[in-house]
Amino acid sequence: MESLVVLITYPLFPYLEQELLRRGCHLLRLYHSPQTNHLAFLRANASSIRAVVCDTHVGADAAMIEALPALEIVSTFSVGVDKVDLVKCKERGVRVTNTPDVLTDDVADLAIGLAIAVLRKLPAADRFVRSGASKKKGGYPLATKFSGKRVGILGLGRIGLAIAQRAEAFNCPVSYHSRSKKPHPNYKYYSSPLDLASNCDVLVVSCSLTDETRLIINREVIDALGPQGVLLNIGRGPHVDESELVSALVDGRLGGAGLDVFENEPDIPEELFQLDNVVMTPHVGSDTVETSMAMADLVIANLEAHAMGRPLLTPVV
Amino acid sequence: MEKRICDVTNKEPQDKPEVLLLQPLSIYFEPILSQKYDLLKPWESPLPLNVFLPNHAQFVQAIISSGPNCLPIENSLLHLLPNLGIITAMTVGIDHIDLEACREKGVAVTNAGSTYSPDAADFAVGLLVDVLRQISMGDRFVRKGLWPVNGDGLLGAQVSGKRVGIVGLGSIGSHVAKRLTAFGCPISYFSRAPKPNYPSYKYFPNVLDLAHESDVLILSCALTAETQNIINRDVMIALGKDGIIINVGRGALIDEPELVRCLKEGVIGGAGLDVFVNEPEVPEELTYMENVVLSDHRAVTTPESFKGVLELAIANLDAFFSGKPLLSPVSC
Repeated sequence: MESLVVLITYPLFPYLEQELLRRGCHLLRLYHSPQTNHLAFLRANASSIRAVVCDTHVGADAAMIEALPALEIVSTFSVGVDKVDLVKCKERGVRVTNTPDVLTDDVADLAIGLAIAVLRKLPAADRFVRSGASKKKGGYPLATKFSGKRVGILGLGRIGLAIAQRAEAFNCPVSYHSRSKKPHPNYKYYSSPLDLASNCDVLVVSCSLTDETRLIINREVIDALGPQGVLLNIGRGPHVDESELVSALVDGRLGGAGLDVFENEPDIPEELFQLDNVVMTPHVGSDTVETSMAMADLVIANLEAHAMGRPLLTPVV
Repeated sequence: MEKRICDVTNKEPQDKPEVLLLQPLSIYFEPILSQKYDLLKPWESPLPLNVFLPNHAQFVQAIISSGPNCLPIENSLLHLLPNLGIITAMTVGIDHIDLEACREKGVAVTNAGSTYSPDAADFAVGLLVDVLRQISMGDRFVRKGLWPVNGDGLLGAQVSGKRVGIVGLGSIGSHVAKRLTAFGCPISYFSRAPKPNYPSYKYFPNVLDLAHESDVLILSCALTAETQNIINRDVMIALGKDGIIINVGRGALIDEPELVRCLKEGVIGGAGLDVFVNEPEVPEELTYMENVVLSDHRAVTTPESFKGVLELAIANLDAFFSGKPLLSPVSC
């Protein structure tokens, strides 16, 4: 990888940057330029950039790929590839790799953690105690039990399956909707997101973001989930019609929500801040030290394999 | 003193049995219990308890004890109730009841049995994921509007695969173990004796050894003279600087001032605490820490658990009043 010129689109996990430098890569940092200057920056370095390392904040879109004729490979520090223009990459013969599997457990852990946090009102209790209110007011409004609730999973891929396995340990009956039925007799299949939402208490979004799944959680689905239902989103913000979600929560038409992703991160609709039946985390699905290192190692291994002419470990294109 | 036989010849068959309360019931229990039983409420009388009871409760056979901060039931109280035959606790913890005195007087004690276990276990797991993955912290961060300002930066610790040490592998502890096994966490435990029903969990004969081999300690044992302060400085040092303590048992299982010190000094990594020594007081220093999650003794406060414990309490009392075996007696 000696002297491989790599474009970094967004500040990286420090270990990843260190490892790239240690291996002799020459790093160009797109984020050191203001957004309006990005295209100029790319063009100025067009002849040397052979690799792009990107993430969920700033990906590799068509404009970027077109501006980099020497580009050979895009490695995203994520499992989701919705921020990479795969069609353009295919067209240009640019390889694409992601970081599947190493983050599956973390995202599934967070999904269950969010479910309990919402249903049992855990952050609300923590706020209540820290404010001193628990000393005076006595009991805070009741939460509701998580164990035994019907869990519906939208997208039974790696992450969805890991969530299902955990939910089973809480005696939660598991159902799902996927593009196709999976060989899991324990889990009940529904042929549409609407049917799934009508038949579960906790709906988890864990599919990839594509043109088909954009706004898959719309008003109809939210209403079907209902005033006792809880939506958990550990997928992508654009999976959900966010303004419909907010009004359903404010109106009480939806029972609660646990959200790790939002339509326009890091901006979040402020109405949500008033609600105790909502738990929000700043896109931390795979943000643990252990997993960040494993993801970094995978990015490096893919780039190294490419530089050495060996098969890529986790290619998408 | 010999127990007097209760004279019931003056009572009509449809009269509700008398049941003594020591403190007001929650709104989730009162309506149904007052339909079934004639509830005696000493606090409504201007008389002190030790005058009220001999005058108004001398034939009482049953007490319902409810929390979350239950009034203690000691010898001095039992002396005033010569016909007492059963204490039905709406809690699972019964450290506030002098079990020895009850045994001597032939008073049966029932508790919540395993009705609370799923909720308590869910809460323990919820606290653990919250502490390690910084869920409450993230929520706080977002609500303060800090995400656009500070950017990312929260980096948590993985839950899956952490070595979990359970202190007290009873009903709650075994429910916790089942859940965390699905997270890929190897389970070890300390209990009064090894549990042959759980061969895949590793037994340790003392908490110190358990702490040495664990990343997380989850406290789900009863509070007794033996378990008071079972989590002391030595145990916390053994658990280590990344170690997490989750307490859904009783506050007094932990040496609380020492816990605060160990958190401040970085002797352990963090804690999720639902119970404290002197509720509703919570050590103020904890309320400024980012690596703790705090709750107000609500590990089992769900409508589902309340319904379950109410049904069980009524079943126990009905069994008692009709001379049938009790459903969830506590062995003294």
